[in-house]
Amino acid sequence: MNKMISIEEAVDHIKDGMTIMIGGFLGCGSPHRLIDALVKKGVKDLTLICNDSGFPEIGAGKLVVNKQIKKLIASHVGTNRETGNQMNSGEMEVVLVPQGTLAEQVRAGGSGLGGFLTPTGVGTVVEEGKQKIEIDGKTFLLELPLRADVALIAGETVDKFGNIVYYGATRNFNTLMATAADMVIVEAEEVVEVGELDPNHVVTSGIFIDYIVNGGGK
Amino acid sequence: MDLKEFIAKRVAKELNDGDVVNLGIGLPTMVANHVPENMSVYFQSENGFIGLGPAPEEGNEDPYIVNAGAQCVTILPGGVFFDSSTSFGIIRGGHVDITVLGALQVDEKGNLANWMIPGKMVPGMGGAMDLVTGAKKVIVAMEHTVKGNHKILKECNLPLTAAGEVNLIITEMGVIEVTKEGLLLKEINPEYTIEEVQAATEAKLIIAENLTKMEI
Repeated sequence: MNKMISIEEAVDHIKDGMTIMIGGFLGCGSPHRLIDALVKKGVKDLTLICNDSGFPEIGAGKLVVNKQIKKLIASHVGTNRETGNQMNSGEMEVVLVPQGTLAEQVRAGGSGLGGFLTPTGVGTVVEEGKQKIEIDGKTFLLELPLRADVALIAGETVDKFGNIVYYGATRNFNTLMATAADMVIVEAEEVVEVGELDPNHVVTSGIFIDYIVNGGGK
Repeated sequence: MDLKEFIAKRVAKELNDGDVVNLGIGLPTMVANHVPENMSVYFQSENGFIGLGPAPEEGNEDPYIVNAGAQCVTILPGGVFFDSSTSFGIIRGGHVDITVLGALQVDEKGNLANWMIPGKMVPGMGGAMDLVTGAKKVIVAMEHTVKGNHKILKECNLPLTAAGEVNLIITEMGVIEVTKEGLLLKEINPEYTIEEVQAATEAKLIIAENLTKMEI
């Protein structure tokens, strides 16, 4: 099974109106070349699930600037003024979610859970419209899982099966999103042959990965 | 001494040997510069590691080792990287001893508002709601007022970050503990009188019987 495809072939899988996830934290650990190709392709009306909307020039924020996002689900949008502009004008719907809740929603989506109970957001606007459940005298919010049509993630060293080794603080949402979409595409800094990675160091198994793009050209 | 530096230095006195600590962006980040010697404190960065170290020397920046504000930092020997689910499991699970963050408003019930001003500024809560809900001790570190306006209120009127989770408020004027009875002024900066601190605070302060001088 050959999972290696070109960046153009990768973004061809993304159509107008789809729900996509993009890994990264303020651009750190984002699949930058896939994002650039998606901007070039110009698909629109996307629902984007992402920790944040990056910066106007860095990360998933470029898709916001290019007006390709219909709905954004994120924990932080303060570093991209364009997100605020489109939110205030009503061009883009923005759902703000506590970061830990967002991470867990993606994890739940990828691991067969129907939801989870978190104390985060109790007594704030986050609880609006959500079921509250008391366990041992403590109040929790029922939060539901998130899934996507396509997840675009980034890895440092990836073998041709899709096993991923990460570097630095780039794991963030990548490991979670790898499990929570119908199709998962990883942008690798470096692609190696199967067997070259030490299984002790692999964080994301290749079973989650549908396609690999060689982003680093190594 | 710079006002913010003074506050950060006082906050650092709250740290204990072995604590896991998460510092917010801005003034709280400065607390890291004042960890007492011979004390091991482990800084957690919610974007995915424990062992956050100081900014690297110029030329040694690594774009993949950044803090939650996207600034280049370092990871110390003994540190570890993890994903966001693990990171917030650490936070919600009570494994963070102290979180230090700023506030737009804080009130006498320990409610905190620091993530949005409706119609003006809506950056999102990021990790703040989880941190304030999950950390064992929540310290608000900030200047006592903003442009002469009260920030320590009877009741917050901005959207809350969390309800009733703040334990301690440290400003340039003093150290205030949130108690069931209300806000207890425990330490006062000798440059101010009790009347001045009360005038700068909307909520009624309870003055500790053993009120002491705020020292850094």
